[in-house]
Amino acid sequence: MEQDISYRIQIISIVVSLIFLFYVSRLIVKGKLREEYAIFWVIGTVLLIIFSFWRKGLDIFAELVGVYSPPNLVFTAAIFAVFIYLIHLSVVVSKLHDKNKTMAQELALTKAELKEQSKDKKIKESDD
Amino acid sequence: MIKIAAVVPAYNEEESITNVVSSLHALQLSGVELLPVVVNDCSIDRTADIVSKLEIQPNTSKLVLLDLPVNLGIGGAVQTGFRYAFEKGFDYAVQVDGDGQHSAAEIPKLLEALQATDSNVAIGSRFIQKEGFQSTGMRRMGINYLKNLIRLFTGLSILDNTSGFRMLDRKALSLVNEYYPDEYPEPESIIIYVKNKLKIIEVPVSMNERQGGVSSIRYFDQLYYMVKVSLAIIYSYIRNK
Repeated sequence: MEQDISYRIQIISIVVSLIFLFYVSRLIVKGKLREEYAIFWVIGTVLLIIFSFWRKGLDIFAELVGVYSPPNLVFTAAIFAVFIYLIHLSVVVSKLHDKNKTMAQELALTKAELKEQSKDKKIKESDD
Repeated sequence: MIKIAAVVPAYNEEESITNVVSSLHALQLSGVELLPVVVNDCSIDRTADIVSKLEIQPNTSKLVLLDLPVNLGIGGAVQTGFRYAFEKGFDYAVQVDGDGQHSAAEIPKLLEALQATDSNVAIGSRFIQKEGFQSTGMRRMGINYLKNLIRLFTGLSILDNTSGFRMLDRKALSLVNEYYPDEYPEPESIIIYVKNKLKIIEVPVSMNERQGGVSSIRYFDQLYYMVKVSLAIIYSYIRNK
């Protein structure tokens, strides 16, 4: 019975990981997700799949870093990874913000320049 | 002939923008050419319309409108005007808010102070002679706190550190052309000026209460303002340049 339950969770996690991998792949194929941002998700999913199949692996790593309960290692690692990724995204947003600002300013300056040129042209034409 | 750009950041200032522009046009100084540069920060009212109409009327046509396609906030808008002034070779640029708080008649004081003391940045201050509109109690407290924070990092005591009524020379403009904070730029930019060895002078001026529109800093934003500006000041100080 106990064996049956642990197989069940193994199957569920494998299926969910595969669905997730498929979903990420689809997003990349459709061009909705750039590869550089997808790397994180692909690696994460592959790790999930590896540990879903290789059940002993989690225990081995937990013992290696001195975590008593293997599931805690999963939570800690996952939360840490998500934090790092969130900071990375904030950096990306900040960069986009700066670029967006520069573009808007350049656009406003160029528009003014164009208007000035057409004004000059009109004056010239009326002089002729 | 000294060329000065009067940068007027405007976000939804349809009620006051005409007055601000005409007061700038009314200012006559010998040996000085003053050009109003209105930066429309993607207003959702008729600000841009009004300014474009002024632009085509013969008696108010000495005017430049910089029309931002997206809203950048006060810092981004002001920087656009400063960049224009820098690229077009103006000798000085002065920021005059679109809400009518700053009076054009006080611009000569800033210019004289810059020239007399050989400074790079002149800040118009309400608090030196305590004339005109003096802001409200809570804000005064905030400004006082910022004064102490800025003094801690620069040793300079700038009484009216949130004043946007400032004149910059070309050296300061070239710096601002590279970097200027987006949100609540006034206190933070003081740190940047000092770090780049610019000379700042505070000049007593009189200010008005805003003539229309709403302040860029509303009541509920004040705590956020303080936290954000404090962080910005600290990090600007740590930053290398």
